[in-house]
Amino acid sequence: MRNILTICQKEIKSYFVSPIAYALMAIYAIVSGFFTYVAVGYFLDRSLDPSSARGGPMDVNEWVIRPVIMNVGVISLFLIPMITMRLFAEEKRSGTIELLITSPIRDYEIVVGKWLGALAMYACILSLTAVNLSVLFLFGSPDWRPIATGFLGMLLQGGCLLSIGAFLSNTTKNQIMAGAMTFGVSLMMWTFDWFTGFKTDAWAKVLAYLSLTAHFEQFSKGVIDSKDVVFYVSVIVLGLFLTTRSLESLRWRA
Amino acid sequence: MIKVEGISKRYPGHTAVDNISFEVEKGQIVGFLGPNGAGKTTTMRILTCFMPPSSGSATVAGFDVLENPLEVKRRIGYLPETPPLYPEMEVAEYLTFVGKLKGLSGDNLKKRVAEVSEKCNVADVSQKLVSKLSKGYKQRVGLAQAIIHNPDVLILDEPTSGLDPKQIHETRDLIKGLAGEHTIILSTHILPEVEQICERVVIISRGKLVATDSMEGLKNRMHGSHVIGLTVETASESGPVQEKLERVAGVSRVILKETLEGGFFFEVESLQGRRVQAELARAVVEAGWDLTELRPVSLSLEEVFLQLTATEASA
Repeated sequence: MRNILTICQKEIKSYFVSPIAYALMAIYAIVSGFFTYVAVGYFLDRSLDPSSARGGPMDVNEWVIRPVIMNVGVISLFLIPMITMRLFAEEKRSGTIELLITSPIRDYEIVVGKWLGALAMYACILSLTAVNLSVLFLFGSPDWRPIATGFLGMLLQGGCLLSIGAFLSNTTKNQIMAGAMTFGVSLMMWTFDWFTGFKTDAWAKVLAYLSLTAHFEQFSKGVIDSKDVVFYVSVIVLGLFLTTRSLESLRWRA
Repeated sequence: MIKVEGISKRYPGHTAVDNISFEVEKGQIVGFLGPNGAGKTTTMRILTCFMPPSSGSATVAGFDVLENPLEVKRRIGYLPETPPLYPEMEVAEYLTFVGKLKGLSGDNLKKRVAEVSEKCNVADVSQKLVSKLSKGYKQRVGLAQAIIHNPDVLILDEPTSGLDPKQIHETRDLIKGLAGEHTIILSTHILPEVEQICERVVIISRGKLVATDSMEGLKNRMHGSHVIGLTVETASESGPVQEKLERVAGVSRVILKETLEGGFFFEVESLQGRRVQAELARAVVEAGWDLTELRPVSLSLEEVFLQLTATEASA
C-alpha cells in the first residue's frame, strides 16, 4: 500500500510540474464551459417557448445537467489518451523503468500506483465541470443526486479508459503510438452499441453490452445499477491485470 | 556474496549470455570487462532481477534471483548505463522518492538522503532540477540513488561512460571510497579503469566467459609464455644476434623491438614453464657481445584483454 502511494504521488506530481496538467485543464475548461453554455442557452430558449411547458415545468436536471454529463463522457475520449500515453512509454524511453523494476516493489504496485495517479489527474479535470454545474444552484434548485451519480459514472468510465490506456502505454516506447491506440480503442468501446441499430443477433448484444455508453447512461439519469458498476470495475481490473502482465513480460521479452 | 552458476540468456536467433559462472566475495570490487555487446549489461540485468536468465541460476546474498526477487532487490543498488533520473524532480526530492521505493521512511529516510548527498558530492545541488544538472552531477546523483538504502551489493553499469576526464577521476575515487562497505560489480570497456579500481576481473566476450581471476593472476596466467626484454650491445648486424637468441633452448620467438645506438632491444618469448634468462645471458656473452639489460616485460591489461578477446573471436 505504501509503495502504491509513493508511485501515485510521484505520478500526480509529474503531471503538475509539467505543463500537461495545466494544458489539459485549460482545454477542458474551455470545451466543457462551451458545452455547458450551449445546454443552458438551449434550456433558456426552450423555456420561453410556451409549447414546451405543456408537460409541466421544464426540469434543469433533464435539460442541462444530463446532456452536460453525457458530453463530458465524449470529451474524456480525447483527454484520456493524453493522460495515459506517457504513463509507461515515457519511463521506458528514458530508462527510469529500470529503477522501478529493480526496486523491491511488486509489479502490481507500480501499475496500480500509476493508474491511481492518472485517475487523480482525471478527477482534477472533472472538478471543473463541478464548478460549471454549481452555477446552476445559484439560479435554481436542481436535484444534486443525479449529479453525484453522474460524477461516479464519469470516474468509473474514466477509470476503465485509463486502465486500458495504461496497458497500451506499456506496449510501446512511443508516446504518440500509445495515445493513438488508446484513442482508437476508446472510440470503438464507445460506439460498440451502434450495432444494435441494424442487427439483433447474439453478437450485437454482446458488443452492445461492452459499449461504455450503454452503461454510462444510467449513471447520468441518477441510477446506480449494480450491473453497470460490476461492468466498469471488471474492465478496470482487467486493464490493470493486463498492464501488470505486460510489465512482467518486459522481463522475458526485453 | 554473489554466485552465478551457468546463466544463459537466449533470444530468438542469438545468445546474449552463454553459460557464464563466477563468484564474487563480500567486499570485493570486481571489474566486468568486455567489448561492447559482449553481454555485460544483460548479465547485470539478470543479477538485478530486471530480467530472468533463460537457464542457470544466480544468487545474491543467498537469495535466488528467480525465487526471491524482492529480497535480492532489497540488497542491490543498481546504476544502469543511463542513470534512471526524472528530469522534472529536484535532486533531494528524487533521492527521497528512490529511498521510499527502497523501503526507507521517516527520519531514517531524511538522514540517508543527507548522507548520500554528502558522500556523492551532490549536496550543493539538492534543490536543483535534475534536468539542469551537468552530466557529471547526473552520474553522481545516479550513484547516490544506488547506495541510498545502503545495499550489500552495488552494480554499476559503465559508471564513467560519457564523462570528461576530471569527472571520470572523481567518479572513480567515489567508487573506490564505497569499496569497503559494499560488494561492487562494475562493468566497463575502459581497461585502465579496471586496473585502477578493481581487485578481480571477469572478462566476457560474445556472451562467453573468457577469464575470471585476480588482476595479477590474470596477467600471469593469460600469457602462456613469459616475455623477457634484453638489450644487447654489439657492433654486428641484428640478424646474427637474433638467430643466436632463437637457437637458445626454450625460446619460442624473438622479436627485434628497437635498434639502439650500438645495440638492439629484443623481446624474447619462452615456452611455458621454461626459465631461459640464464641461457640467454650465457649465449650473448659467449658470442662476445655485451648484455646491458635483461628484464621481464609485463603485459599491460590491454594486451591481455585484446589477446583474450581476439582468440575468442577467431575461435
